[in-house]
Amino acid sequence: MGPLSVNELISENTNLFLAFIIGIGFGFVLEQSGFSSSRKLAGVFYGYDTVVLKVFFTAAITAMLGLLFFSLFGWVDLNLVYVNPTYLTSAIIGGMIMGVGFIIGGYCPGTSFCGVSIGKIDAFVFIGGLFLGVLIFGLGYNIWDGMYLAKFLGSPKISTTLGLSDGVFAFLLIIIALVMFRVAEWAEKKFPREQY
Amino acid sequence: MVNSKESKKTKYLNPYVGGVLLGIVLLAANFVSGRGLGASGAIKSVVVTSMTTIAPSASEKSGFIKEFTASHSGNPMKTWLVFEMLGVLVGGFFSGVLAGRVKLKVEHSPKITSRKRLFLALTGGVLFGFGSQLGRGCTSGSALSGMAVLSLGGFITMMAIFGTAYAFAYLFRKNWI
Repeated sequence: MGPLSVNELISENTNLFLAFIIGIGFGFVLEQSGFSSSRKLAGVFYGYDTVVLKVFFTAAITAMLGLLFFSLFGWVDLNLVYVNPTYLTSAIIGGMIMGVGFIIGGYCPGTSFCGVSIGKIDAFVFIGGLFLGVLIFGLGYNIWDGMYLAKFLGSPKISTTLGLSDGVFAFLLIIIALVMFRVAEWAEKKFPREQY
Repeated sequence: MVNSKESKKTKYLNPYVGGVLLGIVLLAANFVSGRGLGASGAIKSVVVTSMTTIAPSASEKSGFIKEFTASHSGNPMKTWLVFEMLGVLVGGFFSGVLAGRVKLKVEHSPKITSRKRLFLALTGGVLFGFGSQLGRGCTSGSALSGMAVLSLGGFITMMAIFGTAYAFAYLFRKNWI
């Protein structure tokens, strides 16, 4: 059955319409969870508010389990679901640059759109920065395309790399997440902040 | 009677409930399109459109544009992520209206000025934008969506983003706490 658009069960326009609807859900949940506030987001790095960690890992695990169960029930063909390719060098260096951007700017791209939607001017300026950053990457592509394309490993699953089945890996990730949630709850009590 | 501290705490959704809901949204994205969520991809569409409009001949030779058109046919603005991000603006606004949080303002720590906050937001944005292209997606497209499909690269990018942000947190603490 799924993915619907890959199996051509829905038209391209329906697919784009559903993208808009899914986006509304995405934006709504992010804002309801407080991701429209940079000071709330940055809290995860100082321990006073760990909403990012809790929402992020709960979401990843929910979707991961959902896909595994959907596959089990024959509702989605996992072979047709896109697995992000792994380019080792750029995954690490790109991630590190994003990490610095995160702690300086207080937003990530998705949350900055969420911030703009409720009138945060700093989020708007952050998006201006995003545009410039992507443009710089595009204009200087020839300078860093070697690094961008280096160490291509295909599209391996982390479970395969570790020699585990998807189910066992998912179980271990849940245990790791539960431990992190405990630490997060402890941190919020240890580094409390009244106003932000 | 609810005191002000309690009412402040109930303003936002429980983070674990929020996480499950976000996971369902991500699952829906995969079920419908065979791909996860994303955000920086929409910015890329805008940049590609700008480059091809302003300098069409130079853009034809650009490896960046070639890479984009190899995976996207037709109008670069008519992509899944552009429509999804338009939805994010609508959904976020709707949530903000419901919660009474819609307000035009620069949010910053009382210890820094608005001007400094805007300068930091711009700098952070430039870095995040550049890094999201190198890393083939941001926190949404590479880290979160990648993790949901067990992508090795997704987990590596996630650890690089959060690990580096933690490593630099002390250096930038005065902007936040």
